[in-house]
Amino acid sequence: MGVDIKLPIGLMFSIIGVILTIHGFLTATNAEFYKKSMDININLWAGLFMLAFGIIMLAFSKRLKNPKAGK
Amino acid sequence: METTITLGTIDFLIMSVYILFVIGIGWVLKRYMLTATDFLEAGRSLPAWITGLAFISANLGALEVFGMAASGAKYGIKTVHFYWIGAIPAMIFLAIFMMPFYYGSKARSAPEYLKLRFDEKTRGLNAISFAVMTVFTSGISMFALAELLRILLGWDFNFSLIFSAVIVLIYTYLGGLTSAIYNEVLQFFLIVIGFLPLSIIGLINVGGWDGLKESLKSVAIERGFSAGAFTASWEGMGSATSNPMGIQWFGLIMGLGFVLSFGYWCTNFLVVQRAMAAGSMKAARRTPLIGAVPKMFLPFLVILPGMIALVLLNDSESGFALLQKNGSDDFNSVIPMMLGHYFPAGVLGLGLTALMASFMSGMAGNVTAFNTIWTYDIYQSYINPNKPDKHYLRVGQFATIFGVAVSIATAYLAAQFDNIMDFIQLVFAFVNAPLFATFMLGMFWKRSTGHGAFYGLAAGIVAATVHHGLTLTAGEAIGIKGGWISVLHQYPSEMALSFWTAIWAFIVCFVFTIIISFATQRTKSDNDLKGLVYSLTPKYREEGIKWYQSNLALAILVGIVAIILSIIFW
Repeated sequence: MGVDIKLPIGLMFSIIGVILTIHGFLTATNAEFYKKSMDININLWAGLFMLAFGIIMLAFSKRLKNPKAGK
Repeated sequence: METTITLGTIDFLIMSVYILFVIGIGWVLKRYMLTATDFLEAGRSLPAWITGLAFISANLGALEVFGMAASGAKYGIKTVHFYWIGAIPAMIFLAIFMMPFYYGSKARSAPEYLKLRFDEKTRGLNAISFAVMTVFTSGISMFALAELLRILLGWDFNFSLIFSAVIVLIYTYLGGLTSAIYNEVLQFFLIVIGFLPLSIIGLINVGGWDGLKESLKSVAIERGFSAGAFTASWEGMGSATSNPMGIQWFGLIMGLGFVLSFGYWCTNFLVVQRAMAAGSMKAARRTPLIGAVPKMFLPFLVILPGMIALVLLNDSESGFALLQKNGSDDFNSVIPMMLGHYFPAGVLGLGLTALMASFMSGMAGNVTAFNTIWTYDIYQSYINPNKPDKHYLRVGQFATIFGVAVSIATAYLAAQFDNIMDFIQLVFAFVNAPLFATFMLGMFWKRSTGHGAFYGLAAGIVAATVHHGLTLTAGEAIGIKGGWISVLHQYPSEMALSFWTAIWAFIVCFVFTIIISFATQRTKSDNDLKGLVYSLTPKYREEGIKWYQSNLALAILVGIVAIILSIIFW
C-alpha cells in the first residue's frame, strides 16, 4: 500500500507539539496555573517531547521515501 | 457540579487536530480498497512493527484502561499479574507455536480455521458467539465513554455517543482494516504520550516510588494485610485471605496465567486478526512479540496512576475524590479523575484525547473483527455463497455500518438496565473460557474430531455456567455474582470465582473433546490437515537470517525482560 503511516503520525505529533509548546511559553509565568501539576510546566515539556517525536517520525518517513522515488 | 472538569479552547483545538487526522487517514486509504481482501484483511501486506503496535493498541481499549487503573486502585501492584503472567507468556506462545497455523492455513479468520480443521458446526458456534460478543463489547465501552464525558464534562450523552461512534464508523468504513490498524498505531503513541505525564507528576506528588511504598504500607496495615500487600506483586499470595485480590497463587497461575490469558490472546480474533494482516509468515509471528514489548511496560502507564489514586484517596488533604456510584467509589473513574486533578488546560486536552484514542482503538478493533466474521463466516458461508468479490466488499462495508448501529443500540440498552453489562460480560466469560482447549487440541492433536471439538466446546460452556450457578462470591447476593442453582462453595472474591469458572470450563472442554474424539470417526485425512496440525505440517524455518534476527531470539528476550521485571517488583 502506497501510504506511509509515519507521515501522518509525524505531522500530527508535530502540530500538537507546537500548539502545546506555544501554550507552555505563554503560560510560563502563571504560577497559579501550574499548581495542579506540582509546579511543573507540563505543557512545555509535553509539547517539546511531542515535537521531537514528530520530527523523528517525519525524518524516518522521508528517509524511506527517497529510495522508492528513485525506482 | 464540583467534579466537573471545564475545558478551554486549547483543549478542543488538540482534540480537533486528532479527529482530523484519524478521519484523514481513512480518507487517504479509501482509494486502495478495491477487493474484499483489501477491506477485511488489509491485503495481508503490512510490516510487523505496524501490526505489532496495532495488536497491542486494539487490546488497549477504554475498558482495559479504565479497568486496569481501577484494579491498580483496588489491588495495588497485584494488577501486574494481568501483564507479566496474564499476557506475555500467551503472546509468546501465540507467536511461536500457533501463528504458523493461523497464518499458514490461509484461513481468513479464526472461525474459518476451525472450519478447515474441524467442521462447519464448530465454526458456526465460534463465529456467531464471537460476532455477538464484539458488537456488544463495543457498545458497552461506548456507553462507558459517553457516560463519563457526560458526568465529567457535562456533555450530552446522546451527542458523545453518536459523535464518537460516527468518527470510528467513518474511518473504518472508508479504509477498512488497514485504516483501523494505521489509526491504532497513531492512537497507541497518543495514548502513551497522553497518559505518561500522569504517572510522572503523580509519582513526584507522592514522593517517588519509595514514597508510594511508604504511603501504601499504612493503607495495607489498616486493611489487615502485610506491609507490602499493595506494592510487592507476590506478597501474601500464599492464601486468598492475605492479599487484596482474594486469590491464592495456584488459582492465579492456572486461571489467569493459563486458561484466561491463553484463551484471550491465542483465540480472540480481535487481536489475532492484526497478526493475520501481516505481509509474511515472519512478520505475522513477529506481531505478538512486538506487541509484547510495550505490553510489559504498560503497567507503569495504567496501573501506577491507580496506585497513586489509592494514596490520594487515603490522604484527606489531597482533595482528590472519585465519582460515586450507588454510594461508593467508582474505581473506573480513576484515570479521568486523575487527569482532572493533575492536568492544567493544554495537557488536559491531550489526556482526554488519549482517552478518546484508547476508546476508538478498542472500538475499531471490535468493528473490523465483526465485519470480517460476518462477511466470511456468516454471510458467505450460510447466507449467500459464490458471489463475485465486489459483492463481498460491499457486504463488508455494509457490515461496518450495521456493526456500529448495533453497538449504539447496545449502549442505549446498557444505559437503560444497570445490570445488563455485568450479565453480558458474564455470558462472554462462559463462552470464551473453554475455547483455548478447542484450539490447542485442534492444532496439536491430529486425532481430535469435529464432533469432539463441537460437543467438547458446548460441554465447556455448560460447565462454566453450572460452576457459576453452584458457587458464590462471599458476601454477595445470589444472582449475577453466582449461586443461582445452589451454593456449594464460596469464593473470597469475584476474581477468584471467575478464575475458577474458567479453569473448570477449560478442563471439562479438554476432557470431553478427547473422549468424544476417540468415540467418533475422523472425517479429515492426514492430507486434509496438512498446515493445520503441528505433527502434519513441515516445520517452518526462518532462513537467510542471523540467529539474533529470528523470532525465537526475540521471544526469548521478551521472556527474560518480563522475568526481570517480575523479580524487581516481586
